[in-house]
Amino acid sequence: MGGTASKLPKDLLSEYQELTFLTKQEILLAHKRFSELQGRENGPYSSRLSMEKILTLPELKSNPFRKRICHVFSTSDLRDGSLSFEDFLDLLSAFSDSATLEIKSHYAFRIFDFDDDGTLDARDLEKLVNCLTGETDDTRLTVEEMRQLIGNILEESDIDKDGTVNLSEFQHVISRSPDFVSSFKIVL
Amino acid sequence: MAGRVGFHSDLTTDIESPADEEGVHDSFSQLIEEQSYDQHDVIEMTSLELEEESRDDVMDLESPVYLRCDSEEPQQTECLIGGRWSSDTLKVLSSMPSRTIGRSRGAIISQYYNRTLQLRRRRQSRPSIQHFPRSARPSIRGHRVETDADEREEDDNKRERLVNNLQNLSASDRVRMLRAMPLSLAEKKELRMLVLNKAEHSLSQNQIPCCSQLKYYIIIAVRHGWYGWLSFLSSLQLWQTALKCVGGHFGTGVLSYFLFLRTLLFFNVFLFLVTGLFLVVPQAVVAPDRDQNTSVTSLWGLEVLTGSGYFSDSLLYYGYYSHQTLQTNRRCSESINGTSCEYGLSYNMPLVYFFTIGAAFFITCIILVYTMSKSFGRSFRIDKSKGLLAIKVFSSWDFKVSKKTSVRLQRANIGTQLKELVAEVNREELKFSVLQRLFRVFIHMLAWLMCLGSTLACVLAVFYFSEHMHKKDVETRSRTRMHSSDGVLLTEASLLAVPVLVSGINLILPGFFNAVAWMEEYDSPSVLNYVSISRNLLLKVSVLGVLCHHWLGRVASDPKKLGLQCWESFVGQELYRFLLMDFIFMLLDTFFGEFLWRLFSQKALKRKRKPVFDIARNVLELIYGQTLAWLGVLFSPLLPVVQIIKLLFFFYMKKVSLMMNCQASGKPWRASQMTTIFITLLCFPSFLGASVCVTYTMWMMEPSAGCGPFRGLKTMFQAGKRWVQELAAQNPNLSWLVSAHTYLVENPLFLFLCAAIFLIVIYFHSQVVDGQRKIIELLQEQIENEGGDKKFLITRLQDIHERKRVVSPRRIRGASEDSSYS
Repeated sequence: MGGTASKLPKDLLSEYQELTFLTKQEILLAHKRFSELQGRENGPYSSRLSMEKILTLPELKSNPFRKRICHVFSTSDLRDGSLSFEDFLDLLSAFSDSATLEIKSHYAFRIFDFDDDGTLDARDLEKLVNCLTGETDDTRLTVEEMRQLIGNILEESDIDKDGTVNLSEFQHVISRSPDFVSSFKIVL
Repeated sequence: MAGRVGFHSDLTTDIESPADEEGVHDSFSQLIEEQSYDQHDVIEMTSLELEEESRDDVMDLESPVYLRCDSEEPQQTECLIGGRWSSDTLKVLSSMPSRTIGRSRGAIISQYYNRTLQLRRRRQSRPSIQHFPRSARPSIRGHRVETDADEREEDDNKRERLVNNLQNLSASDRVRMLRAMPLSLAEKKELRMLVLNKAEHSLSQNQIPCCSQLKYYIIIAVRHGWYGWLSFLSSLQLWQTALKCVGGHFGTGVLSYFLFLRTLLFFNVFLFLVTGLFLVVPQAVVAPDRDQNTSVTSLWGLEVLTGSGYFSDSLLYYGYYSHQTLQTNRRCSESINGTSCEYGLSYNMPLVYFFTIGAAFFITCIILVYTMSKSFGRSFRIDKSKGLLAIKVFSSWDFKVSKKTSVRLQRANIGTQLKELVAEVNREELKFSVLQRLFRVFIHMLAWLMCLGSTLACVLAVFYFSEHMHKKDVETRSRTRMHSSDGVLLTEASLLAVPVLVSGINLILPGFFNAVAWMEEYDSPSVLNYVSISRNLLLKVSVLGVLCHHWLGRVASDPKKLGLQCWESFVGQELYRFLLMDFIFMLLDTFFGEFLWRLFSQKALKRKRKPVFDIARNVLELIYGQTLAWLGVLFSPLLPVVQIIKLLFFFYMKKVSLMMNCQASGKPWRASQMTTIFITLLCFPSFLGASVCVTYTMWMMEPSAGCGPFRGLKTMFQAGKRWVQELAAQNPNLSWLVSAHTYLVENPLFLFLCAAIFLIVIYFHSQVVDGQRKIIELLQEQIENEGGDKKFLITRLQDIHERKRVVSPRRIRGASEDSSYS
């Protein structure tokens, strides 16, 4: 096998540079890592990697939102969370340094929307808080605390008082948080 | 079938609605009033298809445990969760624009169609009539309950229009718009292809003049060049992997310290480039004119620390620089009238020195103010609403953290913080008795008294000790000229005494402040942070103030007493010593404070947790060092080099120490607010103080007559003035320059006027911000009202379905009875 790894054609590279927030180095590095995961040498930008393989990446391995991330960025018809190379680039672009606040908040909303219904209702919020605090008993919130917390969150962020947080309300809350942009980042 | 919405009263209650309302209400408040005095009114929509209703199964949603809505309560403020919604209602709910925008492609495309439209209109500044919006609420425009057949048509239509709009935008706008769309890459590629195809079509149709084709090619080439430059810049990023490693382990808080270090490094590199290029290199190339033969005594080793001895007459200090115009290629030929020399390149050293230092400070000021305002803009929010919990839950997860142990730690942190916040937000006001409150106030006052007292004590100690050393120095120099090696060594070593004292104070006193704060028991950790930063800041500012007074007030005003030929070089040497001592003490602090403390706490005290990296204290140390460097640039143009070496060393040392000895803090750290505060501290006390000192020196102090580029002038500022006068003398047209100089720069009235204008502008801006805050409140109220409308409509819809369900079994029974008859 000692052939050179397949290179990304130049016009594709420049197209990706135009359409995503990634620089040329980042795209090439993503290509390299993707091909490594795939283990094959031919064009990785047309075939998909299963979710298990993606989750072996060290940047995603311990992230509590890893499965949601794969589901959100996957364009596969089977809804199995598998990512093609372009999906992978989408992922990196949304998490990159230069992505706008709007893109990041849009994708963060979709990641947090566990039941994919377009809003964050109380169940989504509960799952979100459990992801954040972990599974062990001493860090988990009690039922009473959870109820209070969700009540407080909805009070603060639900502007039209329909009991759920939709995308605009989410983006409004995020716009008031200056730390969001710097914490919503993954760099290969 | 046209729908006729009629409000009929419930037959059972026999109350008729006052009017048979057809068509559109013009006032919803009237409607709500009418509805509210009879809670059982049912709206009957006669137009809904019966077929849909008959296959309707009411899905009983399990309402979640947490928010149970009592639908018996006849309030208009019911929430829209749970309950027994019919599937049609659910369908309507799920296809509401506010819920589909997050997930449906079509919704995203139409949203971006609107945005491109707005962008086009803004660029054109002329509304085009064809694209006049059909309704005032663009999010509703074009939306209706999506059925399968229509959806694809709608999508294609929207896409067609979006492509049209994109094509009409300029190239950079188009790129930015495409990038910012939250669609998948495959769809973006398709859109781009469509746009380019259309562009090609339209290009081929018209006849393009050759110059616009050329322009087209140039623009493409420039864009490629720009991308190449951006990738080159990002590949230059210093320490990328190291920072990622630190961020992965410790999170954004500690990372902000290293980023701040990197920023300081860039400032120093800039300073070094400027002074190196304009001052050091020309002076090094041309041999200096040595007026006197100074005996250089070499005291191996100690020189690096004291900066004197061999270094005292080198490029490092001010005294080395020539006060004349440097010439190259002097070719002197003898002739009858005397020697006439031809000069090559001439380089007016005093002028260049003056302008270089001034320009370096000015550019640094601009960069600092720009960084500070950008950072401030990011972290300052107009509306005062709290929203702490929601922000914490939505944005506190740091996605950069990748190690398993760090993830676990982060989860524990967030869990603790959430619990604390929930308890804090929901608890009732703790009623402290008057006695307890007085006691707490007393404790706080006592703590502040202790801190201020210790600061004052240290400042006085520095003041008197420096005076004492100064006198001793004077005596030693005047008393003996004998250069015995022991005596000289002691003299040189005694120069290090004051720096050691100051660095020792900087090391020990913050620990004392921490202990005092621990005694005070602050409630919230952010208040504790601010208090400790302000105490440390006060200490450092006062110590630096005393030192500046010592140098400028004592040494510079009467240099003859010390027998100094060159007081500027002496001050430069002092600053060099201070910088170096600061470096050595920080090394010792890292070693003892972090490494040994970890060993001690783990072995002797048997604690499991490693010590925590104190971000605030380390950043203040960095700011202190940078202030010294800025103070010293005038007196020692190569001082930035020392600072650069120091910072490089620090980076690697702190990183290694961090990895080995510390762990992430359990307290919350609001990284971007802290970064803003640090940049502000760098700008205001630090840079402002240094530039005030330097300006005072240049304006008021008399340069020494024996050395340096300004010898012979009354003040350093005279160099610039003299040059302007020379220019005016040579060229009478420029005499306005001289008068401008006299009336503008030296006239205080002009400066007052400038300051007044700035204040007025600031006042206007603050008024605008106030107005915007009010508008935000009004808009929030309006959104709440709209939400009320939405709930009202949905509950009415549900009521209709309930009614229909009751009615239709009757009808079906009736129909079956009919059929049974026939």
